[in-house]
Amino acid sequence: MSDPMVEVRDVHKSYGGVEVLRGVNLTVVRGEVTCLIGPSGSGKSTLLRCINHLEKHDAGELRVDGDLVGYEARGGKLYERNDKQICAERSRIGMVFQRFNLFQHLTVLENITIGQVKVKGVEPDDARVKARELLARVGLDGKEKNYPSQLSGGQQQRVAIARALAMEPKLMLFDEPTSALDPELVGEVLDVMKDLALSGMTMIVVTHEMNFAREVANTLYFLDAGVIEESGNPREVLSAPKSERLRSFLSKVL
Amino acid sequence: MNMTTNGDATVKVVPVRHVGQWIAAAIAIVFVAMLIHTLFSKLPTGQYACHLVGGVRKCHELSEWRFSWDIVGRYFFTSEILHGLFLTLELTVLSMLVGVILGVTIAVMRLSTNRLLSATAWTYTWFFRGTPVLVQIIVWYNIAILFPVISFGIPFTNVTFYHFSTVSVFTAFTAALVALGLNEAAYMSEIARAGLISVDEGQTEAASSIGMTRRQTLRFVVLPQAMRVIIPPTGNEVISMLKTTSLASVIGVVELLGAATNIYANNYLIMPLLIVASLWYIVVTTVLSIGQYYLERRFAKGALRTPPLTPIQRLRRDAKGIFSKFRTPRGAVGALR
Repeated sequence: MSDPMVEVRDVHKSYGGVEVLRGVNLTVVRGEVTCLIGPSGSGKSTLLRCINHLEKHDAGELRVDGDLVGYEARGGKLYERNDKQICAERSRIGMVFQRFNLFQHLTVLENITIGQVKVKGVEPDDARVKARELLARVGLDGKEKNYPSQLSGGQQQRVAIARALAMEPKLMLFDEPTSALDPELVGEVLDVMKDLALSGMTMIVVTHEMNFAREVANTLYFLDAGVIEESGNPREVLSAPKSERLRSFLSKVL
Repeated sequence: MNMTTNGDATVKVVPVRHVGQWIAAAIAIVFVAMLIHTLFSKLPTGQYACHLVGGVRKCHELSEWRFSWDIVGRYFFTSEILHGLFLTLELTVLSMLVGVILGVTIAVMRLSTNRLLSATAWTYTWFFRGTPVLVQIIVWYNIAILFPVISFGIPFTNVTFYHFSTVSVFTAFTAALVALGLNEAAYMSEIARAGLISVDEGQTEAASSIGMTRRQTLRFVVLPQAMRVIIPPTGNEVISMLKTTSLASVIGVVELLGAATNIYANNYLIMPLLIVASLWYIVVTTVLSIGQYYLERRFAKGALRTPPLTPIQRLRRDAKGIFSKFRTPRGAVGALR
């Protein structure tokens, strides 16, 4: 645990008086897959969104790749980063959403090239070459000219993964990537995610897919009511839950 | 149509008869016939209309057509009318340009997290929607009464770098342009705001997650998708603006209506010239409506799985269908089905 990719120390976050995160501690080792499970409203998504600063955390310390998220420490003070700096940070953290959130007005290929061209300043031709490679990797070559609305949910989610990978992220965040999919489409998305894990990508996955967590995750965290209730090796945690809360949660989802 | 019920016995199906619809259609046809008849009816010849012009009685023979189509035709392409038409188009395009650009800016301000910007935008819309555009046109035309000199300098000091007299700038045309543009911006800002908030928040989040700045997100992700919602009411605004420009005739801009009134003030051919102006307005509106249709199609990209055919494509397809019916032998058609 000497070289962590993500460090979360006592992070708090409230929405209008309701404390969603109540002192979360978590460490993600470089190149490992971390799964977050927990009942809805437990703060899993909020934690994920704090890590790439889509939400501002209220208190605590959040570091990605050694850098504080959203702030800069200088001379004993924390300076809030400006829009541009935050965007530069985010561009290296890929995120995959539950509802895919593909750009509806752009073709599949354009969805994957737009970030490269507009944010990273890659030449459009090079961006297209890379986009085609990524599409092949997620098993969607030949769909370049389609619009997202013409694809199935599983295909859209794989395009979304390709869109995130195009930015060459050092960390990938998955926010319930299969929850909005028809059951028969879940497998194709999980397969792509497994391949990605095998390639050594650091991943944080909020999921309800316990089998995926058991097979792929290096560490499993169980979040409940804004705190980490239990964590450890997924096989051990899932087969022998220590806390009553995790036992009752698992009895509902398994 | 035949349907099979109970095994092999076929029974004839009688469709529902819509008696009420037939009666309504018959009444509508009668009214349409009356309208067409009166449009092309003739008056007894040899009738004169007389007016007092500067104390002198002047008379001219009335057209034999009730709607004076011959006179309408005579004035339709006169240079005064065409010049007025050009000015109307110029005023429409320019004031819509001001309205759209300023309107989108105000909409973005209104949605800003900065309360002062948002309040400023709200106040702008409140003020310009709250006063009649005709009043605004007259006020801008007379703005020199309030501000005889326009100067650039440091506010609240006597330091000025450059100044000119208001009257020299605010001609009737400029006044109309400013009034119409600023007023339009208030309406456009609400249209643009509706478009911007119609785009799912997930799109903004996804754009942020790949590192786009707020400006890039607006330009490359949110605005293009908002256009689908913004264009139809904007088309409506353009058409509305085309006709609102006629208010500029009040302060002496010789646009289409102004040209028509100028002519009939001399010759008293009031109705024919109003018909000339109206027909031109209808012609331009028609062209604009067609343009709007194709613009909407362009920005609907990705919103529909299969975009509907354009009217021209549909005509072509139907024509093809009819021809192929004649060409293909009957048996082949049956086999295809």
